[in-house]
Amino acid sequence: MADMNEFSLPVRLFLAAYPWRRINPVPFAASRKPLKDCRLALVSSAGLVAPGQTPFDEDFRGGDFSYREIPNDTDLSLLQEFHRSDSFDHSGLKQDPNLVLPIDRVNELVTRGRIGSVNHRHLSFMGSITAPGRLMKESAPAAARVLASDGVDVALLVPV
Amino acid sequence: MCNQTVSLISAEVERNGICTVVIQLLREPAVKVRPPRALLVPFRHGYPLDAPEAPDRQHQVIEACLQMLESAALTAPALREYKASY
Repeated sequence: MADMNEFSLPVRLFLAAYPWRRINPVPFAASRKPLKDCRLALVSSAGLVAPGQTPFDEDFRGGDFSYREIPNDTDLSLLQEFHRSDSFDHSGLKQDPNLVLPIDRVNELVTRGRIGSVNHRHLSFMGSITAPGRLMKESAPAAARVLASDGVDVALLVPV
Repeated sequence: MCNQTVSLISAEVERNGICTVVIQLLREPAVKVRPPRALLVPFRHGYPLDAPEAPDRQHQVIEACLQMLESAALTAPALREYKASY
């Protein structure tokens, strides 16, 4: 498992005092149909941006809380990464974006009949958000409405 | 921070009636933030699906996530540890 020792001392000290936000109450949607009939979407926090999209702002105080829509038919090799953290090894996701946004993998699951379909778009956040107030009040609810309007049944969320 | 970020997003998605599962790389934020369904994986930061260019390993992690979505016995917040089969 990853652990705090991967981080520099200043980052460890920051995290030791950090007030993690507590979800309360914890929502829990009931599964209404088998996965073979479900539409799946991905949400990644790797800060990936598709060609022509505005990069995430690495200087945004508290962390850029906006998101980008990544088309399911995007060429993964053309995605650019704008995650501002230097606390993890970025080389794996640069080698294979499926490591953090597994578009190829979930489309393979449709071919195998494991899930019904993959949504026509996925969502990309830049996860280094230390002040998540506007994420919680603005962009996360907006992102959730996007997925609901698309008829998404299940979502897989992937941090880095 | 990424672990908290995806957890907070998952709560909003879940409030819209969509079942979610989040991958978590650190135990502390998974326990303290409490996403609805979380799979705690034994990989280092930057490698949530195990390894690059390793479709079979990536599929194993995703399958573990899907099984959480299918499990009727889970109650929120559900936290499960991933164990690779290789």
